[in-house]
Amino acid sequence: MAHTQDKYYVPHGTRWPVFASMGLAVTFVGVALLLNGSSTLPVILTGTAIVLVVVFRWFADVVNESEAGAYGAQVDRSFRMGMIWFILSEVMFFACFFAALLYARQLALPWLGGIGSDPLTNSLLWPEFVPSWPSNGPGHIGGEYESMPAWGIPALNTAILLTSGVTLTIAHHALKDSRRGLLAVFLALTVLLGFAFLGFQVYEYSHAYSELNLKLSSGIYGSTFFMLTGFHGLHVTIGAIMLSVMLLRVLRGHFTPTRHFAFEATAWYWHFVDVVWLGLFIFVYWL
Amino acid sequence: MTTITQGHAAQDHAHDSHGPGHGLSRWLFTTNHKDIGTLYLVFALVMLFIGGAMALIIRAELFQPGLQFVNPEFFNQMTSMHALIMVFGMIMPAFVGFANWMIPMMIGAPDMALPRLNNWSFWILPFAGTILLSTLFMEGGGPAAGWTMYPPLVLQSGNSLAFAIFAIHLLGMSSILGAINIIVTVMNMRAPGMTLLKMPMFVWTWLITAYLLILVMPVLAGGVTMLLTDRFFGTSFFQAAGGGDPVLFQHIFWFFGHPEVYIIILPSFGIISQIIPAFSRKPLFGYSSMVYATAGIAFLSCIVWAHHMFTVGMPLAGEMFFMMSTMLIAIPTAVKVFNWTATMWRGSLSFETPMLFAVAFLFLFAIGGFSGVMMAIAPVDFQYHDTYFIVAHFHYVLVPGALFAAIGGAYFWLPKWTGHMYDEKLGKIHFWLSAVSVNILFFPQHFLGLAGMPRRIPDYATQFADWNAVSSIGAFVFGFSQLMFVYIVVKCVRGGAKATAQVWDNPEGLEWTVPSPAPYHTFDEPPLVR
Repeated sequence: MAHTQDKYYVPHGTRWPVFASMGLAVTFVGVALLLNGSSTLPVILTGTAIVLVVVFRWFADVVNESEAGAYGAQVDRSFRMGMIWFILSEVMFFACFFAALLYARQLALPWLGGIGSDPLTNSLLWPEFVPSWPSNGPGHIGGEYESMPAWGIPALNTAILLTSGVTLTIAHHALKDSRRGLLAVFLALTVLLGFAFLGFQVYEYSHAYSELNLKLSSGIYGSTFFMLTGFHGLHVTIGAIMLSVMLLRVLRGHFTPTRHFAFEATAWYWHFVDVVWLGLFIFVYWL
Repeated sequence: MTTITQGHAAQDHAHDSHGPGHGLSRWLFTTNHKDIGTLYLVFALVMLFIGGAMALIIRAELFQPGLQFVNPEFFNQMTSMHALIMVFGMIMPAFVGFANWMIPMMIGAPDMALPRLNNWSFWILPFAGTILLSTLFMEGGGPAAGWTMYPPLVLQSGNSLAFAIFAIHLLGMSSILGAINIIVTVMNMRAPGMTLLKMPMFVWTWLITAYLLILVMPVLAGGVTMLLTDRFFGTSFFQAAGGGDPVLFQHIFWFFGHPEVYIIILPSFGIISQIIPAFSRKPLFGYSSMVYATAGIAFLSCIVWAHHMFTVGMPLAGEMFFMMSTMLIAIPTAVKVFNWTATMWRGSLSFETPMLFAVAFLFLFAIGGFSGVMMAIAPVDFQYHDTYFIVAHFHYVLVPGALFAAIGGAYFWLPKWTGHMYDEKLGKIHFWLSAVSVNILFFPQHFLGLAGMPRRIPDYATQFADWNAVSSIGAFVFGFSQLMFVYIVVKCVRGGAKATAQVWDNPEGLEWTVPSPAPYHTFDEPPLVR
């Protein structure tokens, strides 16, 4: 085993990336055509199917190589660094939407209300507009709506995500201590909590749409609310799928107490999703 | 036990297939950094001519006042697409190509750290490029609101908007994945003894560029996603009536866009920092100050973005902050120019084609830098904003700046890549044609801008006619001169005088210790550095 770790493992040839690009391109073209009014759902589904198959096969290759012991310590380090910088890019993606939220609340809305050095927009266009938050702007875009209170489902979801962070850490320690039973139980618990979070999120969205008249089109409040929580929900979904895969791998006997990069990477991702949620809870729901 | 056997099997497999694959599948499925580098460079060269053809359409239309060849709508598509293609399709892939080829060789690594990902980073590009170019044939034509895509104008685009946005998403993904790979390679794959402060400058500049890419490309992705939802899903990010602000897009775009210009120029700095010492036969002057200057430029580039927006009506404090911080960038940049000059000082200079391009870079990039300082002054920028002065400024840093660095780098490393010397005489002719015509092309645009000619217009007042005619003549000479470059490259790939391992006169760096052409796999065993 030690011998196999001497040289850096460089795979020779891979079919998946080209097909991944093709799948992505087909999906995007399908969505773009759909947005322009064509009915291209089959195209989108085809593209998505290609992407999913490729993702599955690509990861299968990597998992098999890993289980076969092809990866030495240096490859492991490459994976770790790669994951960290990937998560940073995700952080910046969310930062963009948080920045939009803060810009709208702290600058755009006060300026529309005539505060600052340039009161003309206010006095010429919307002299009666008094800025406040939440707001759908001086044009009341999207009509009357109610904002989402923080201390109902969102608080419950905060508790769920924070708990899932704890259960995941317990599972990680169990993995390190070779207590596979405990590992499986707490990892399964984490997966359950993840999907519970998503269930509540779906309920919250339907509640917003059907009872609060809070929609994506409800001015800047609706825009920031749904885009931030929506992209977060997407990431929770991805994270929950990753956790499920880890659970299946654990049940198949993968990972050792010292070598379990995929598990750790998933854990990092899950904690990242968790931290983003705390930001959401504070800035989108609470304040 | 079985796992161990399988481990050896996988390992043996890795060592059996050493050579390149065959036919098309070699290029489609390759995980080799040199193959992928070549793919990037060829893609960039193709895009250079597509984007260049668009530029020539623009310059043909502007040759004289009035509307000659194209209608204004198509003209706007040309200005927008020329920029998008050149920035995302040409210059960025070109430098990633250099990074792929050179970084593993320069740091003594067997390959890039994540070879499959490397293949993916490249193969996203042709798909994204095709989607972007296909918009030209759609109802309503391609994107025509400028590469900056400001709302509300861009939201009035035809069918192209969604395609252009998704193309940008794909291009951004490619950049981020490429950047991750470069960072991991540099941080994890260096040969023993290759400490951070022994790395060649090109590796340093790319490392810092990669961090910038990871920081800002996702922000662009977020911004264009907001454009998409504003147009198709009724959000109000950039709509004042809903409580949003069109200026918000400009902040998001330039938070990406300003670091982006350094993403383009830092690798150029790296290439110049390799070429000048080689032909001065001296080590690079002030190596560590170069590293710190690069990091300083990268940091400052993230806090100056609103100097692109001096005329949108920012509060005075904002104008002041962005004016001051922008002017600070001149300091680390001047450190670099000083160091390059000092490297040449009392060097044993010779002027082969790469050096000619590097010296031209030094002079002409400095012109672009100086006009940048002029525009950093907010009250002065009110005059220059959206005139041909800004067009002259950024083309000076992008064409005789970044593009000259890329061409110089290509001449510098072509013998290492192909094993043949390029035709020096033709290279020199190519240089002089390019260097003279690029100035005829862009220098008069300073005068046009100062005289008040706005950018992005297909027709103009007659007092601007003379300098526009001169500029267009320069454009055509410059454009067609680049065909020479293709000829020289093809000739060099097909044959020519045999290149030695060193190629040049005792240049520094690990890449000159391996044979020319560099073997398919370099440094299977890591070399020991010093």
